[in-house]
Amino acid sequence: MRYITYVLIGFFFGIIMYKSEAASWFRIYEMFEFGAFHMYGIIGSALIIGVLGVQYIKRNNIKAMGGQEMQLKPKDKSIARYLIGGIIFGLGWALAGACPGPMYVLAGAGYISILVVIAAALFGTFVYGLLRNKLPH
Amino acid sequence: MELIYEPWPWYISGPLIAATMFVLLYTGKQFGMSSNLRTMCSATGAGKAADFFRFDWKKERWNLMVVLGAVLGGFFASTYLSNNTVEINERLADKLSNEYGIHSAGEAYMPTEIFAMQNLGDPLVLFVLIAGGFLVGFGARYAGGCTSGHAISGLSNLQLPSLIAVIGFFIGGLIMIHLFYPLIF
Repeated sequence: MRYITYVLIGFFFGIIMYKSEAASWFRIYEMFEFGAFHMYGIIGSALIIGVLGVQYIKRNNIKAMGGQEMQLKPKDKSIARYLIGGIIFGLGWALAGACPGPMYVLAGAGYISILVVIAAALFGTFVYGLLRNKLPH
Repeated sequence: MELIYEPWPWYISGPLIAATMFVLLYTGKQFGMSSNLRTMCSATGAGKAADFFRFDWKKERWNLMVVLGAVLGGFFASTYLSNNTVEINERLADKLSNEYGIHSAGEAYMPTEIFAMQNLGDPLVLFVLIAGGFLVGFGARYAGGCTSGHAISGLSNLQLPSLIAVIGFFIGGLIMIHLFYPLIF
């Protein structure tokens, strides 16, 4: 039953990604060319509501389902890993025109070629795991 | 009826993304779409090769369920809710057409020159798909999150690391589009 909840959450997220066009290569290209407000509007409005909601949760100490703590742990401090990792991610995001969420949405939409991107992303994750101890964090 | 096929404007989509994050938080989880890649590596035995994949992936099965849902959502939206075309800035559609040989802006959801199955044998297309995917997978784990994990979840929680990561995403994206695209396409 719990698993069905997560499938449903993913389902709605998938529809949002597709209908908002955030899953389209063209929109990602347009964003990095500063050609439209669309993507900035999506991220910006999600963020404004996200910040307000998270602050509300924290101030009122609202608990998750079943009384457990909300997963709002701060990340470890570092600059190198976030900056270098972020730049590498950004290069890929702009090249494939897809980030991890939309990849799956596009697979469902029938773009067979995106399976190559997903397989390569899995391989990239694997290689990171192998090299992790040798990289600056 | 036409209304169903129209793309959703940003002020509908953004709040719905925030809502997705809150629902996940309420179920005791975190919103982030790249950690499932690590879970999949672990589930397929990558733990034999690196410590990073040695964890109880069965506890993370929920994120594979979110992935399954996203696939189904993509199928549903593309089949029933969309005419599968994306209109972008006309100047950029012309630029794609004239400078990069990508003529499908305004006619398709994804550029057919890169994502049509019949072009999968083209070495340049394969390079774009494989290099793009690899960098996304490697970079997301290195940075500890992707667009949803850092740009939405992390920034909503006002985390400095997420701000640094998002700045990195944009540096990388801008370098790719403005310096590398003219060389690649």
